[in-house]
Amino acid sequence: MAVTDTQIEYLEDMATHIREDIIIMLEKAGSGHSAGSLGTADIFSTLYFHIMKHDPKNPDWEDRDRFVLSNAHICPVLYATLAEAGYYPKKEITTLRKLGSRLQGHPHKGALPGLEASGGPLAQGLSIAAGMAMAAKMDDKRSKVFCMVGDGEMNEGQIWEALMFIGKNRLHNFTLIVDRNNIQIDGFTEDVMPLEPLKDKLTSFGFHVIEVDGHNIRRLIEAFEETIFEKPKVLLAHTIPGKGVDFMEFKPEWHGKPPNKEEAEKALSELEQLRSLGGKITCEHE
Amino acid sequence: MSNNLNKKFHLAENIFDSPDQVPARNGYGEGVVEAGEADKNVVVLCCDLTESTRNAKFKETFPNRFVEVGIAEQNMAGLAAGMAFSGKIPYMSSYATFNPGRNWDQIRVSICYSMANVKIMGAHAGISVGPDGATHQAMEDIAITRCLPNLTVIVPCDYWETKKAAIEIARIERPVYMRFGRGKIPVITTDNTPFQIGRADTYREGNDVTVIACGSLVYEALIAAEKLSGDGISVRVINCHTVKPIDEKAIIKAAKETGAIVSAEEHQVHGGLGSAVAEVVAANSPVPMEYVALMDRFGESGEPNELMKKFGLDSKGIIKAVKKVLKRK
Repeated sequence: MAVTDTQIEYLEDMATHIREDIIIMLEKAGSGHSAGSLGTADIFSTLYFHIMKHDPKNPDWEDRDRFVLSNAHICPVLYATLAEAGYYPKKEITTLRKLGSRLQGHPHKGALPGLEASGGPLAQGLSIAAGMAMAAKMDDKRSKVFCMVGDGEMNEGQIWEALMFIGKNRLHNFTLIVDRNNIQIDGFTEDVMPLEPLKDKLTSFGFHVIEVDGHNIRRLIEAFEETIFEKPKVLLAHTIPGKGVDFMEFKPEWHGKPPNKEEAEKALSELEQLRSLGGKITCEHE
Repeated sequence: MSNNLNKKFHLAENIFDSPDQVPARNGYGEGVVEAGEADKNVVVLCCDLTESTRNAKFKETFPNRFVEVGIAEQNMAGLAAGMAFSGKIPYMSSYATFNPGRNWDQIRVSICYSMANVKIMGAHAGISVGPDGATHQAMEDIAITRCLPNLTVIVPCDYWETKKAAIEIARIERPVYMRFGRGKIPVITTDNTPFQIGRADTYREGNDVTVIACGSLVYEALIAAEKLSGDGISVRVINCHTVKPIDEKAIIKAAKETGAIVSAEEHQVHGGLGSAVAEVVAANSPVPMEYVALMDRFGESGEPNELMKKFGLDSKGIIKAVKKVLKRK
């Protein structure tokens, strides 16, 4: 089904809202991961507001699609998305990382509705998501499972254990999204521990791999909707860390740092401009 | 027979004669099939060790509920968590050195932190795995699981108890770690022996000292108690199969009534059953304690009985510890 321009605009606008929430919650928290959170906002908007079947009023609905965030340190984007979707009151986003908050520094399943897994130690989410897809396949359920991993996260051996398993079992209900932003804490991924040729590697593990601009919502929708019979799928999503906030884009120092008050104000005014332009952000890969 | 065995536990008649010798893992293999029959959500995940972890019968009975993971214990832990979140009751199996040894971080976060309803089965636990040597002798697994919040830790003493535990754990909705050994060990309980998770069972009454044991050392404790009764020493023997949550009441009662405690386990001295008992004793009713365990060293290759003897993990070792603790009473 063709996507209308209005739908795209809505999703772009939602991505901007998610980015604003991220800035607000990180500034209040005083710690946390800015770049990856901002960089994946378009993917989250597309998933939660267009692709996935889920019900924020009934988060445990058995036949829902499931999303697991394996690179769980970018949970501000997930928390912002869940708030925008109505899983919990939006005013709670300012409690991130504070004592007594349901928004733990890294997600705690059971603490907040909509969290499908706990996470933090890298690679664990991919195996959990694979287990969910396997359970659905065993029971002949229609629900789909989506999982995001960071590219740096793919250094972990457990990632490749899980990929072998998904390939072996032809979990066609499974979609992996690789946040390919080329940066990890110690520098560029290709310097720290080269991943390329990543597409070839994933293909050889039995996946249908689609390279996609992680900021182009129309392309993201097409990629999510593309299916190859009996094959799990990977979206190799090229993203820009810090996307949407000029002074954060592609700056490794923003990986694990929150904006201070002044920086947050600057970021929010940039994002507001973006919104007044109809949410359209430039797609480097176009 | 003039022993002080507690009648209500219906222990095997031939304990002090020539008890049957059956591997505890056989009990698991039969128990998990029964659990599978009782609940269709029970599934088994295994890491290329289907026969030796005794999952072959489950695989044969429920081929569609058996998941071969390959040699990938970390992935297995995540898969099991994900399946549990989707309503399954996964039993995940490998050798205890790898599961929970190699996948501890995954057990901690993917499973325990989220209260995933996963049953972690540590096979070939203890030094009695024998000739394979120290690398394959899981002597630290109780310590590294006992410290995890939300996790129940069970160390059954023989074939029957392992079978009952394997069935029972499916009925509690929380993560469980259970360990059992490879070799044949005496069958000391019977089909009629009551088993309840979290309750320590006083198999033998006594007033002078209590031996609190788990796993293969429960039998050795009973043998030691019989021999010591010949010396006029009255030994209480407690089978503390659930190391966590531990039965504090039974331990405090034993400390108060007998005034001295010996712990006995096929595990390192640090962090295992002995430590768990000592925590309760120290906080509630301090009495002298001695430990029968592997004394902070690695094992080595050898036949199971040779190793148990060398490291004092037998009735002789327990008798020595009892005499020592009584001098401190």
